[in-house]
Amino acid sequence: MPTPDQPEYYPQHDLLKPPAGPPQSDWMDTPVDFRPGSYIYPGKAKNLKILDLPHARDWSVTDADWQLPADWQRTVLEGMADRLGKYRSFQIFMDCCVRCGACSDKCHFFLGGGDPKNMPVLRAELLRSVYRKNFTALGKVLGRIAGARELTVDVIKEWFSYFYQCTECRRCSVFCPFGIDTAEVTMMGRELLGLLGIYVNWVIEPVANCFRYGNHLGIQPHGLRDTFDFMIDDIEQATGIRVDPPLNKKGAEILFVTPSGDFVADPGTYTCMGYMLLFHELGLDYTFSTYASDGGNFGLFTSHEMTKRLNAKIYAEARRLGVKWILGGECGHMWRIVHQYMDTMNGPADFLEVPRSPVTGTVFENARSTKMVHIMEFLADLIHEGRLKLDPARNDHLRVTFHDSCNPARGMGLLEEPRYVIRNVCHHFFEMPANTIREQTFCCGGGAGLGTDENMEMRLRGGLPRGNAVRYVQQRHGVNRLAAICAVDRATLPTVCDYWAPGVQVTGVTELVANALVLRGEKPRSTDLRGEPLQTPTAGESAHEGPAHD
Amino acid sequence: MKLLASLIAVLMLFALGLLGAAGTVPGVLLGIVIPYLAVATLLAGMTWRVLKWSRAPVPFRIPTSCGQQRSLGWIEPARLDNPSGTLGVLGRMALEVLCFRSLLRNTAARRTPSDRLVYAWRPALWLGAMAFHGSMLVILLRHLGMVIAPIPGPVALLAQCDGFLAIGLPVVYLSSLAFVVALLYLLARRLSDPYLRYLSLAEDYFLVALLLGIGLSGLAIRHWLGADLVAVKQWALGLASLRPSLPGPVGPWLFGHLFLACVLAAYIPFSKVVHMAGVLMSPTRNLANNSRRVRHVNPWDYPVQVHTYQEYEDELRSKMQAAGIPVEKE
Repeated sequence: MPTPDQPEYYPQHDLLKPPAGPPQSDWMDTPVDFRPGSYIYPGKAKNLKILDLPHARDWSVTDADWQLPADWQRTVLEGMADRLGKYRSFQIFMDCCVRCGACSDKCHFFLGGGDPKNMPVLRAELLRSVYRKNFTALGKVLGRIAGARELTVDVIKEWFSYFYQCTECRRCSVFCPFGIDTAEVTMMGRELLGLLGIYVNWVIEPVANCFRYGNHLGIQPHGLRDTFDFMIDDIEQATGIRVDPPLNKKGAEILFVTPSGDFVADPGTYTCMGYMLLFHELGLDYTFSTYASDGGNFGLFTSHEMTKRLNAKIYAEARRLGVKWILGGECGHMWRIVHQYMDTMNGPADFLEVPRSPVTGTVFENARSTKMVHIMEFLADLIHEGRLKLDPARNDHLRVTFHDSCNPARGMGLLEEPRYVIRNVCHHFFEMPANTIREQTFCCGGGAGLGTDENMEMRLRGGLPRGNAVRYVQQRHGVNRLAAICAVDRATLPTVCDYWAPGVQVTGVTELVANALVLRGEKPRSTDLRGEPLQTPTAGESAHEGPAHD
Repeated sequence: MKLLASLIAVLMLFALGLLGAAGTVPGVLLGIVIPYLAVATLLAGMTWRVLKWSRAPVPFRIPTSCGQQRSLGWIEPARLDNPSGTLGVLGRMALEVLCFRSLLRNTAARRTPSDRLVYAWRPALWLGAMAFHGSMLVILLRHLGMVIAPIPGPVALLAQCDGFLAIGLPVVYLSSLAFVVALLYLLARRLSDPYLRYLSLAEDYFLVALLLGIGLSGLAIRHWLGADLVAVKQWALGLASLRPSLPGPVGPWLFGHLFLACVLAAYIPFSKVVHMAGVLMSPTRNLANNSRRVRHVNPWDYPVQVHTYQEYEDELRSKMQAAGIPVEKE
């Protein structure tokens, strides 16, 4: 018998059943429903202690008593006042919503589940109602008529449920006439819950790991060495090339930082091997770091302070190793942080140099201050300057579509670079429908710390819009590979695809590049990095003198 | 229910306003004191609101990028949907404020019988919002003719254009019709969609009812109920020049119309209508997406507890050495 943490537990026709409409009772009177599969287990005390977070305790979501600290209401309201004073966004987003509902059917959780509290506007109202009651004149006087309500234990439970049913993907903020960003609201809501020691373990355990060991998975340095050694063997088997990825190498030109998810779990590992092959082929003077062994940062799903605490190691390590600049791998939320927070939080990076590709000489002016370049920018430049010898036919067994990851799309605008790269390494590339890609892309359903199996129902529901679009190109164009530049995507989209578009596998873009890359001294290639046979095996390139080696 | 209560509230307010014609004291109160109070509340309230927002810093640069970033020289950036500089931001904000750019993106999700989710461009809400806000702007400008003498040329021209169909006498202004029709559409939309109805607050209905009350009473006065325009203008000019006089024989209806307008003005700073200023200050729209190019400073930044490399190596040194990973202290 399948259990609620397994996709098989959910018959498709159940999840596809059109929602029956909103409940009869007003949303303020509708209690939260914690059914298995729709919530995440709370943060364990041991992890909170590692991070010196207050009110560590072991508790369960289904407990009637959540063991809230004494005086918890004051804690939350003071926390709210503090944040209203610190973030203009918070004030504006509390005050300005006109409830036009333009955002309502933009959220993947609402589209896949029909729960009205997953409409971004109502998700924000969960917080706004408490704001009105305590911080606005009309709310204080008129109460419920003005959409205000008391802060009760049930409100806290509701916040927990719905702020952990938001992946902070920002799709709604694209459509909002005032740019109200639910990610911002959710971040505030989670920070307020954090003041009461309320986190989900699937976020706070990786955070604790990351704090102590430098990466979310808690891989220790010798473990990373072993992991890399396995990859080196696998790469050699597929290509005949033996790479030698450096760890903690002082004086390297470039520090390479990527999400740790790609170190251990397929299909992310193939992307990681792709980096190693690419850098080897370019003869890049770079290093991985065991201390800064994760660009991913679940601190973003915890609090601004935690984001800063975990992110600090990247610049610190760049300084210690004496590198010139930083290159970042494929990751979603990592790039939201690198692009919009890192320099502000932990800069200025005045000890680094403005990034300049040692291969093409291109200066990355867009990263002049932060000094960190996205691997897709780096690759697009390499290909545009003709410095990679590519044989796209090696990807002919793949019919590829591209999933824009939320954060690079809506928190950065990295849209053309990955497409340019894919078009140059694959012959068969098909876009999903226009309203499901680029800045309108749909989340995988598992971002912002929601991608755990105990949350399977919500993941499958939230993954429906994306899965549906994948299914469309699968049926129409025979697509069998979904490319994404995000490690969370690579961890969660396989489940979504297996369920909604079975037969489509997930890949990183650098994996596709590595497949197509013609390497100096390679053996005849009969398989791709996964060991899957190529449509047209190639003859190897031992005598090749590519422009990359001039 | 929320709608009914709102309609009743607006009718009661209107009736309250009618009292203005009932004698000298209510006339002074409703014809002079309350209009001044309402305008003062509006100005002071909005100033307070904007100052309050401005006092809160923008610690992080968090624009929502709705198009290609500016990165490599040969990739064309989306200059307006993802601006990288001040000029682009000005353009983006102008599009947002004048054309409701983001609303224009609106799509409607639908399930096909074969369980496919499809998303169709749905500009109806945008059209309704544009018609409502645009006609309100025209109406407000037209009303300038009431408080400025002689009527400024552009205002007269606007009124002339607005009535170019020359239907009826006095001519029907297109903006008045558009205003009422747009409001009715927005109301119908809010009522017809069960989810939209579910998320709506009393405020949402009250504002529509109030605006409809103002619009319909204005239309009715102009075309059926009548008012002594000469007396109205004299009174309005007095108010505007801060030399108020007791209104002449303007008839009761105008008092109702004016009182509703006063209620709206005084209510604005405490309502969702503050979005008219808030939209200009929204950090996801009014910032350039250049945070890797130019450092953004957080004014309240503070040091945080981190796990230093030293602490890391101290814990793991022997394992690192055994794995051949270089360490700082042998």
